[in-house]
Amino acid sequence: MQLALFIIFAVLCVLGALNFLFQRHPINSALSLIVVMMSLAVIYWTLGAEFLAAAQVIVYSGAIMVLFTFVIMLLNAGEEDRTRGSKAAYFAGIPGAIGVIALLSYTFFHEKDILGYANLGGHLNSGVNNMLEISKVLFTDLLLPFEVTSILILVAILGAVVLARKEH
Amino acid sequence: MVPIYAYLILAAVLFTIGIASFLIKRNIITVFMSIELMLNAVNLTFVAFSHVHKAVHGQIFVFFVMVVAAAEAAVGLAIIIAIFRTRQTLDVDRINLLKN
Repeated sequence: MQLALFIIFAVLCVLGALNFLFQRHPINSALSLIVVMMSLAVIYWTLGAEFLAAAQVIVYSGAIMVLFTFVIMLLNAGEEDRTRGSKAAYFAGIPGAIGVIALLSYTFFHEKDILGYANLGGHLNSGVNNMLEISKVLFTDLLLPFEVTSILILVAILGAVVLARKEH
Repeated sequence: MVPIYAYLILAAVLFTIGIASFLIKRNIITVFMSIELMLNAVNLTFVAFSHVHKAVHGQIFVFFVMVVAAAEAAVGLAIIIAIFRTRQTLDVDRINLLKN
Protein backbone atom coordinates (compact mmCIF):
# COMPACT_ATOMS: atom_id res chain seq x y z
CA MET A 1 0.00 0.00 0.00
CA GLN A 2 2.64 2.48 1.07
CA LEU A 3 5.03 1.28 -1.63
CA ALA A 4 2.37 1.82 -4.29
CA LEU A 5 1.59 5.31 -2.98
CA PHE A 6 5.26 6.16 -2.82
CA ILE A 7 6.02 4.94 -6.35
CA ILE A 8 3.02 6.71 -7.91
CA PHE A 9 3.62 10.04 -6.22
CA ALA A 10 7.42 9.95 -6.43
CA VAL A 11 7.20 9.40 -10.18
CA LEU A 12 4.61 12.19 -10.42
CA CYS A 13 6.90 14.42 -8.38
CA VAL A 14 9.97 13.84 -10.56
CA LEU A 15 7.94 14.18 -13.78
CA GLY A 16 6.46 17.45 -12.51
CA ALA A 17 9.91 18.75 -11.60
CA LEU A 18 11.32 17.77 -15.02
CA ASN A 19 8.36 19.44 -16.73
CA PHE A 20 9.06 22.50 -14.58
CA LEU A 21 12.63 22.45 -15.85
CA PHE A 22 11.86 22.00 -19.54
CA GLN A 23 8.80 24.21 -20.03
CA ARG A 24 9.54 27.59 -21.56
CA HIS A 25 6.42 29.45 -20.45
CA PRO A 26 6.39 30.52 -16.76
CA ILE A 27 2.72 29.65 -16.28
CA ASN A 28 3.37 26.03 -17.35
CA SER A 29 6.30 25.92 -14.95
CA ALA A 30 4.11 27.23 -12.13
CA LEU A 31 1.40 24.63 -12.79
CA SER A 32 3.90 21.76 -12.84
CA LEU A 33 5.36 23.06 -9.58
CA ILE A 34 1.86 22.78 -8.10
CA VAL A 35 1.82 19.10 -9.18
CA VAL A 36 5.15 18.59 -7.38
CA MET A 37 3.83 20.22 -4.20
CA MET A 38 0.59 18.24 -4.14
CA SER A 39 2.52 14.97 -4.63
CA LEU A 40 4.87 15.96 -1.82
CA ALA A 41 1.81 16.50 0.40
CA VAL A 42 0.78 12.88 -0.18
CA ILE A 43 4.34 11.71 0.55
CA TYR A 44 4.34 13.71 3.82
CA TRP A 45 1.08 12.02 4.72
CA THR A 46 2.56 8.56 4.15
CA LEU A 47 5.43 9.53 6.47
CA GLY A 48 2.98 10.31 9.26
CA ALA A 49 3.04 14.11 9.00
CA GLU A 50 -0.66 14.85 8.52
CA PHE A 51 -0.41 18.44 9.72
CA LEU A 52 2.36 19.19 7.26
CA ALA A 53 0.45 17.52 4.44
CA ALA A 54 -2.47 19.87 5.06
CA ALA A 55 -0.16 22.86 5.51
CA GLN A 56 1.65 21.98 2.29
CA VAL A 57 -1.61 22.03 0.33
CA ILE A 58 -2.90 25.19 2.00
CA VAL A 59 0.29 27.26 2.27
CA TYR A 60 2.35 26.14 -0.71
CA SER A 61 -0.19 25.15 -3.34
CA GLY A 62 -2.89 27.44 -2.05
CA ALA A 63 -1.10 30.64 -1.09
CA ILE A 64 2.41 30.82 -2.49
CA MET A 65 1.73 29.34 -5.92
CA VAL A 66 -1.44 31.43 -6.36
CA LEU A 67 0.69 34.50 -5.60
CA PHE A 68 3.21 33.37 -8.22
CA THR A 69 0.47 32.75 -10.78
CA PHE A 70 -1.04 36.18 -10.11
CA VAL A 71 2.32 37.87 -10.59
CA ILE A 72 2.97 35.95 -13.82
CA MET A 73 -0.41 37.08 -15.14
CA LEU A 74 0.01 40.63 -13.82
CA LEU A 75 3.38 41.12 -15.49
CA ASN A 76 2.20 39.30 -18.64
CA ALA A 77 5.33 37.14 -18.69
CA GLY A 78 5.80 35.50 -22.05
CA GLU A 79 7.98 32.63 -23.20
CA GLU A 80 11.55 33.03 -22.17
CA ASP A 81 14.39 33.08 -24.65
CA ARG A 82 16.66 30.14 -25.25
CA THR A 83 19.47 30.24 -22.79
CA ARG A 84 22.70 31.66 -24.12
CA GLY A 85 24.70 30.85 -21.06
CA SER A 86 28.31 29.90 -20.99
CA LYS A 87 29.60 26.64 -22.42
CA ALA A 88 31.05 25.83 -19.00
CA ALA A 89 27.51 25.30 -17.71
CA TYR A 90 26.96 22.52 -20.25
CA PHE A 91 30.31 20.84 -19.80
CA ALA A 92 30.50 21.14 -16.01
CA GLY A 93 26.83 21.47 -15.09
CA ILE A 94 25.34 18.18 -16.29
CA PRO A 95 28.17 15.92 -15.02
CA GLY A 96 28.14 17.97 -11.81
CA ALA A 97 24.41 17.40 -11.31
CA ILE A 98 24.75 13.68 -12.03
CA GLY A 99 27.71 13.58 -9.65
CA VAL A 100 25.72 15.23 -6.86
CA ILE A 101 22.81 12.79 -7.31
CA ALA A 102 25.18 9.81 -7.46
CA LEU A 103 27.09 10.88 -4.35
CA LEU A 104 23.95 11.54 -2.29
CA SER A 105 22.28 8.32 -3.50
CA TYR A 106 25.38 6.29 -2.69
CA THR A 107 25.56 7.80 0.81
CA PHE A 108 21.88 7.20 1.55
CA PHE A 109 21.98 3.69 0.07
CA HIS A 110 25.12 2.89 2.06
CA GLU A 111 23.42 3.90 5.34
CA LYS A 112 20.15 2.10 4.62
CA ASP A 113 20.42 -0.21 7.64
CA ILE A 114 20.67 2.74 10.03
CA LEU A 115 17.88 4.64 8.28
CA GLY A 116 15.43 1.76 8.41
CA TYR A 117 11.97 1.61 6.89
CA ALA A 118 8.95 3.87 6.84
CA ASN A 119 5.65 2.57 8.20
CA LEU A 120 2.37 4.03 7.01
CA GLY A 121 1.10 6.52 9.57
CA GLY A 122 4.39 6.73 11.40
CA HIS A 123 4.85 5.89 15.06
CA LEU A 124 1.91 7.98 16.24
CA ASN A 125 -0.84 5.38 16.10
CA SER A 126 -1.54 4.86 19.78
CA GLY A 127 -4.27 7.40 20.30
CA VAL A 128 -1.93 10.38 19.95
CA ASN A 129 -2.34 12.32 16.76
CA ASN A 130 0.29 14.23 14.88
CA MET A 131 -1.27 17.65 15.45
CA LEU A 132 -1.37 17.14 19.24
CA GLU A 133 2.25 16.05 19.29
CA ILE A 134 3.39 19.03 17.22
CA SER A 135 1.41 21.60 19.18
CA LYS A 136 2.73 20.24 22.48
CA VAL A 137 6.29 21.00 21.44
CA LEU A 138 5.45 24.16 19.51
CA PHE A 139 3.51 25.88 22.27
CA THR A 140 5.77 24.93 25.17
CA ASP A 141 9.43 24.54 24.23
CA LEU A 142 9.34 26.60 21.05
CA LEU A 143 6.89 29.31 22.05
CA LEU A 144 9.35 32.18 21.55
CA PRO A 145 10.35 31.21 17.98
CA PHE A 146 6.67 30.72 17.19
CA GLU A 147 5.85 34.22 18.37
CA VAL A 148 8.85 35.66 16.54
CA THR A 149 7.49 34.29 13.25
CA SER A 150 4.46 36.53 13.69
CA ILE A 151 6.77 39.55 13.77
CA LEU A 152 8.52 38.17 10.68
CA ILE A 153 5.22 37.91 8.83
CA LEU A 154 4.24 41.43 9.90
CA VAL A 155 7.54 42.80 8.60
CA ALA A 156 7.09 40.81 5.37
CA ILE A 157 3.61 42.28 4.86
CA LEU A 158 4.91 45.82 5.37
CA GLY A 159 7.88 45.16 3.11
CA ALA A 160 5.72 43.73 0.33
CA VAL A 161 3.34 46.70 0.49
CA VAL A 162 6.17 49.25 0.49
CA LEU A 163 8.07 47.55 -2.35
CA ALA A 164 5.10 46.93 -4.64
CA ARG A 165 3.43 50.31 -4.25
CA LYS A 166 3.52 52.79 -7.11
CA GLU A 167 6.11 55.51 -6.70
CA HIS A 168 4.87 59.06 -6.69
CA MET B 1 7.39 -0.84 3.84
CA VAL B 2 9.36 1.76 1.94
CA PRO B 3 13.03 2.20 2.83
CA ILE B 4 13.82 5.71 4.08
CA TYR B 5 16.68 6.08 1.63
CA ALA B 6 14.14 6.10 -1.21
CA TYR B 7 12.60 9.27 0.24
CA LEU B 8 16.03 10.83 0.67
CA ILE B 9 17.05 9.99 -2.89
CA LEU B 10 13.79 11.52 -4.15
CA ALA B 11 14.62 14.67 -2.18
CA ALA B 12 18.14 14.71 -3.67
CA VAL B 13 16.75 14.38 -7.21
CA LEU B 14 14.27 17.21 -6.63
CA PHE B 15 16.98 19.40 -5.12
CA THR B 16 19.28 18.83 -8.10
CA ILE B 17 16.48 19.63 -10.56
CA GLY B 18 15.90 22.80 -8.54
CA ILE B 19 19.58 23.77 -8.82
CA ALA B 20 19.58 23.02 -12.56
CA SER B 21 16.52 25.15 -13.24
CA PHE B 22 17.92 27.92 -11.02
CA LEU B 23 20.99 28.01 -13.28
CA ILE B 24 19.30 27.40 -16.65
CA LYS B 25 16.14 29.51 -16.45
CA ARG B 26 16.27 33.11 -17.68
CA ASN B 27 12.93 34.35 -16.38
CA ILE B 28 13.29 35.87 -12.92
CA ILE B 29 9.95 34.46 -11.72
CA THR B 30 10.94 30.94 -12.73
CA VAL B 31 14.31 31.35 -11.03
CA PHE B 32 12.41 32.32 -7.90
CA MET B 33 10.13 29.29 -8.25
CA SER B 34 13.11 26.95 -8.45
CA ILE B 35 14.16 28.23 -5.01
CA GLU B 36 10.76 27.06 -3.77
CA LEU B 37 11.40 23.66 -5.37
CA MET B 38 14.71 23.37 -3.51
CA LEU B 39 13.03 24.36 -0.23
CA ASN B 40 10.45 21.62 -0.80
CA ALA B 41 13.17 19.04 -1.40
CA VAL B 42 14.87 19.96 1.87
CA ASN B 43 11.50 19.82 3.66
CA LEU B 44 11.06 16.24 2.44
CA THR B 45 14.46 15.37 3.95
CA PHE B 46 13.40 16.91 7.27
CA VAL B 47 10.15 14.93 7.34
CA ALA B 48 11.94 11.69 6.45
CA PHE B 49 14.51 12.12 9.23
CA SER B 50 11.73 13.11 11.62
CA HIS B 51 10.16 9.73 10.81
CA VAL B 52 13.47 7.94 11.41
CA HIS B 53 14.07 9.56 14.79
CA LYS B 54 10.42 9.26 15.87
CA ALA B 55 10.36 12.90 16.97
CA VAL B 56 8.29 15.80 15.70
CA HIS B 57 11.06 18.38 15.84
CA GLY B 58 11.88 17.88 12.17
CA GLN B 59 8.25 18.54 11.28
CA ILE B 60 8.29 21.74 13.35
CA PHE B 61 11.38 22.78 11.43
CA VAL B 62 9.44 22.26 8.19
CA PHE B 63 6.63 24.39 9.62
CA PHE B 64 9.05 27.26 10.21
CA VAL B 65 10.55 26.81 6.74
CA MET B 66 7.05 27.11 5.29
CA VAL B 67 6.41 30.33 7.24
CA VAL B 68 9.70 31.83 6.08
CA ALA B 69 9.04 30.68 2.49
CA ALA B 70 5.66 32.40 2.50
CA ALA B 71 7.18 35.65 3.78
CA GLU B 72 10.03 35.33 1.28
CA ALA B 73 7.64 34.76 -1.62
CA ALA B 74 5.61 37.87 -0.73
CA VAL B 75 8.67 40.13 -0.44
CA GLY B 76 10.45 38.57 -3.43
CA LEU B 77 7.48 38.97 -5.73
CA ALA B 78 7.11 42.59 -4.60
CA ILE B 79 10.77 43.14 -5.54
CA ILE B 80 10.14 41.48 -8.93
CA ILE B 81 7.20 43.84 -9.55
CA ALA B 82 9.40 46.82 -8.60
CA ILE B 83 12.15 45.61 -10.97
CA PHE B 84 9.63 45.18 -13.78
CA ARG B 85 8.34 48.73 -13.22
CA THR B 86 11.78 50.26 -13.56
CA ARG B 87 13.43 47.97 -16.15
CA GLN B 88 10.41 46.70 -18.19
CA THR B 89 11.90 43.21 -18.39
CA LEU B 90 11.94 39.92 -16.51
CA ASP B 91 15.06 38.55 -18.18
CA VAL B 92 17.84 38.07 -15.64
CA ASP B 93 20.45 38.65 -18.36
CA ARG B 94 19.16 42.16 -18.92
CA ILE B 95 18.98 43.07 -15.24
CA ASN B 96 22.66 43.98 -15.07
CA LEU B 97 22.71 47.52 -13.74
CA LEU B 98 25.40 46.72 -11.18
CA LYS B 99 27.60 45.09 -13.80
CA ASN B 100 28.00 48.15 -16.04
